[in-house]
Amino acid sequence: MRGPSIRYIVLVIALLAMVPLLTASNVVLNFLVVALLIALVGQGWNVLGGYGGQYSFGHAAFFGTGAYVTAILQMRYGVNAWVAFVLGIAGGALMGAAIGALTFRSGLKGSYFALVTLAFAEVLRILASVAPITGAGVGILITLDLRPQAFQFQSRAQFYWIILALVAISLIIVRLIEQSRFGAWLVAVRENEDAAKAVGVDTARVKLVAMIISAAITAAGGGFYAQYFLFIDSGIAFGPWISVEALLAPIVGGIGTVFGPLLGALVVKTLGELTKLVAGDAPGLDLVIYGSVLIVIVAFAPHGIAGLLADLRMRFARLRSSVPEGAHG
Amino acid sequence: MAEPLLRVERVFKRFGGLLAVDNVSLVVEPDRITALIGPNGAGKTTLFSIISGFLASSAGRIFHRGTDITGMPPHLLARRGIARTFQIVQPFAGLTVHENIAIGAHLSRRSRADALDVAAEVASTVGLGDLLDRPAASLTVAGRKRLELARALATNPGLLLLDEVLAGLNPGEVAAMVPIIRGLADRGVTTLMTEHVMQAVMSLAEHVFVLAEGRIIAEGAPRAVVGNPRVVEAYLGHGAAARLSAAGAAHV
Repeated sequence: MRGPSIRYIVLVIALLAMVPLLTASNVVLNFLVVALLIALVGQGWNVLGGYGGQYSFGHAAFFGTGAYVTAILQMRYGVNAWVAFVLGIAGGALMGAAIGALTFRSGLKGSYFALVTLAFAEVLRILASVAPITGAGVGILITLDLRPQAFQFQSRAQFYWIILALVAISLIIVRLIEQSRFGAWLVAVRENEDAAKAVGVDTARVKLVAMIISAAITAAGGGFYAQYFLFIDSGIAFGPWISVEALLAPIVGGIGTVFGPLLGALVVKTLGELTKLVAGDAPGLDLVIYGSVLIVIVAFAPHGIAGLLADLRMRFARLRSSVPEGAHG
Repeated sequence: MAEPLLRVERVFKRFGGLLAVDNVSLVVEPDRITALIGPNGAGKTTLFSIISGFLASSAGRIFHRGTDITGMPPHLLARRGIARTFQIVQPFAGLTVHENIAIGAHLSRRSRADALDVAAEVASTVGLGDLLDRPAASLTVAGRKRLELARALATNPGLLLLDEVLAGLNPGEVAAMVPIIRGLADRGVTTLMTEHVMQAVMSLAEHVFVLAEGRIIAEGAPRAVVGNPRVVEAYLGHGAAARLSAAGAAHV
């Protein structure tokens, strides 16, 4: 499948890695850390939704699992933060396997799949808001311990490089999926499930594996969130806000593309900040502008920003190739 | 007699009060083209869906190379070498012709490059060689029928189930497609095809089963079958055979 080469991905990441050398502004770095976090979570969604065509409205289930496993293992069982973070990813993958097995085995598709994933996330949110181990309504505060071995840092720059590294890994994973047989099968499931079955694709299994990879990537975002903000509660970890962020970034950026979630996260987050500036203190006005601009983007670039760029590039190429023949526009 | 490639044994399919497939038994012998013909609504596609695992039969058994494959899911049948096309074409619409066929080729080839190579080769055998980079959605009906065939062929099947690959094509397009299908037997692919373009069946198939109202009403060589009064009646209505032979006699 066509897509950016690994070398190109490394180049983009290398450029982004230089940002903390240019600015030490906490505002800028904090903004970028959050945008990259959304890019990571969105990339998780993109594996299942963008490539597999299974639109989940409940990726909070995986984000929250990653966040809670990371926090609980540290605070309740004294596990090292990095180990807890890795186990959080594993926990997310396990949650993905469980929800995937239940939904795909029963043959849920389309809007039914979306609704059931939403329901799973909501059930987890409610459970987390009452269970003692999750801190119930109070949430979990991770004790301040600013040492690298505790996955906590003095400067934002270090957090920035870590989330950038996670995004880089997710980009490479997705690119490798694109080039693999599994990726071809996943796209086949998205395009036409019956046709995929007819050429020997075990569609239930392909969807399940995609769900596990998707959940693991999103859970990494949850674990990072816990370490960065040092506090989570049921509304943060399993709340609908993160399910929406997870699908908004790839949809705006271009679903089923390697760079879509990253592009989308940067655009959506920039837009969010700009509208806050423009709207000033008028309550809710920023959200109105934000929503309107999103509608315009989706209306004029139905394949996202990545699709728009590809379109422009193709038109430009056609224009250039037609010039020698003195041809028509 | 040796075990046939495919043996369908007393298969029934009931949809509520409708008996769509009624006690059908048939065999497909290797290395030749067998056709399943019959008027619209005879149950051809239903029977195909049962054989290819997309639909469960109400009763009866199906054997492939002597193994009971009744109720096996489609992807496992594909891995056994049974490939099918769809009467209502099912392209991977968002992908190119090349990518569509490559997904079929991936069944036996892990590497992307290998699958794409095989796909290009198969595309040229069905006459899609020049359209590799076209989006599947931009193909004409004839192009899409070829794509169905190419994608199934790319799985390297031993048994190919063609569900009305000629339906909806104009006479020129049918004429172009017939030699491609005939060429399959030369490549060692056994074909079972449903069709209601009679002329094509006559020139392609070596053995024909006629299905009407869910039942096999005749079988044999194509020439023998079309002369069978029961077959004529199934297509043209009750009493048609008698009227036709009367009209024939009058002309003589």
